[in-house]
Amino acid sequence: MRDYFRNIYQSIWTVLVGMSITWRHLFVPAVTIQYPKQRRPIPERARNRLYVEIDDCIGCDQCSNACPVDCISIETLKALPGEDLGTTSGGNKKRLWVTKFDIDIAKCCFCGLCVPPCPTECIWMTDVFEYSEYDRKSLLYSFSAMTVEEVAEKKRKADEWAKEEAARKAAAAAAKAAAPAPAPVVPSDLAGRTPSTGS
Amino acid sequence: MESIQAILNNPYVFAALMALAPLLWILPYALFAIWFERKVSAHMQDRLGPMRTGGWHGWSQSIADLVKLLLKEDLIPAKSKHGLFMLAPYVVFVGSYAAYAVIPFTSAYVGSEINVGIFYFVAVSSLVVVGILMGAWSSNNKWSLFGAMRSAAQIVSYEIPGTLAILAVVMVVGSLSLQDIVRAQEGWFWNWFVFGKFPFLFIAFLIYFLCSLAEVNRTPFDIPEAESELVAGYHTEYSGMRFAMFYLAEYANMFAVSAVAVTLFFGGWQSPFGTFLSGPAWGVFWFLSKGMGFIFLQMWLRWTLPRLRVDQLMYVNWKVLMPFAFVNIIFVGLWMMIAQ
Repeated sequence: MRDYFRNIYQSIWTVLVGMSITWRHLFVPAVTIQYPKQRRPIPERARNRLYVEIDDCIGCDQCSNACPVDCISIETLKALPGEDLGTTSGGNKKRLWVTKFDIDIAKCCFCGLCVPPCPTECIWMTDVFEYSEYDRKSLLYSFSAMTVEEVAEKKRKADEWAKEEAARKAAAAAAKAAAPAPAPVVPSDLAGRTPSTGS
Repeated sequence: MESIQAILNNPYVFAALMALAPLLWILPYALFAIWFERKVSAHMQDRLGPMRTGGWHGWSQSIADLVKLLLKEDLIPAKSKHGLFMLAPYVVFVGSYAAYAVIPFTSAYVGSEINVGIFYFVAVSSLVVVGILMGAWSSNNKWSLFGAMRSAAQIVSYEIPGTLAILAVVMVVGSLSLQDIVRAQEGWFWNWFVFGKFPFLFIAFLIYFLCSLAEVNRTPFDIPEAESELVAGYHTEYSGMRFAMFYLAEYANMFAVSAVAVTLFFGGWQSPFGTFLSGPAWGVFWFLSKGMGFIFLQMWLRWTLPRLRVDQLMYVNWKVLMPFAFVNIIFVGLWMMIAQ
């Protein structure tokens, strides 16, 4: 009989204790972070989307070589003698036109190995991590500052220059061939033992 | 104007209007209460609940849910008893809506002022169990049937101590009419029956409140729809609008039992401060806000207490509530005899 009443007393008491706990929690600030509006700070060295500051890129191809999944593809053209490409923000002289700098971010494994080799520190991991797309092709990022027409123009000029250069070389070679070749100066004591190298 | 007066004078039109009046409250209340329950449960668990729909704290979440449910396909399982399956949600809603006929919203309005009001309420609210059993049996699903059997066992057994607790109040007032019971609690809030014949009517209130929780299948007595063991209980097979009807009936029922608790023990539409802020219009305000207080209490309990086991449920009913209700009635009767 005593157990019976103690049981009732305890059940009412524990219900009241439980209710006071839930009542207190009614006014505790929620732990929810309403994601797109509020967000947690990203760790300082987090690795997310890659970014290339193309003005500083010298087209050395080291990031592409470092990439374990080959998601960076770079094409360059040599600057012609008359052209001045300016310098990077660090003062290095740029010698190559970067006609293509594509990163397929869908392949990227976020290892960050492309970042340390860069001599001009122009490629780094940003804190942007929301870049989903409806089309996979949209994940191929082109960083080159040159338009397709500019690239075609540069290629044409480079080809012309190469032809001119070849013509000039051929002309120089022809001129050289026309001039009488000077007699080779060979040390007399070796003359009998070395075969003729004929340069 | 005169033509409107003429239409209103027609007794049938007038009766129909009076009968539909509670719907004006039930529909917005159900939408609000569903949203409110989600917010209360969320904040009690240190969450936020719906925050987007409609802007301010997701206020229109239940409207969006309702539209979604109305647009959904009306699925009827192939091996169900189609007629009964389709009818059941409406029977449940009719059961809970019929109870509103005797609820005195204010001194000027009560759907039907019959002199056996509380008896009618107890009788007609059991109709819900018929609808639940109908829906569960006809959906040909073991979880549904389990839920409905539990629901029937629970409602039928908890009705007895609940009715005995109501009887204590009826003995004090000497009338079964709910308007008479409210008028007997006139004056300041210490005249409310929850404080009357202390502590006997307070115990009666506790017993009635516990039984009303069981009757509307709310936690800790929610074993008929125990989602962790029975999927969803008796409405497992329902979807779309019929599911919405079950939901509406559940919330309508919650308010109905709260309204009866308010009427019997908390002065109904009486102002807590005597004649201050009293009158038919203020009566509606006091009645509905007291009722919403009980709705909040039900939610509070739901998010505090775990579910009872079936044997615990029966223990609480037959071995605790029942003897207390009987002893309570004897003491209230003795008090009434001595007071005369």
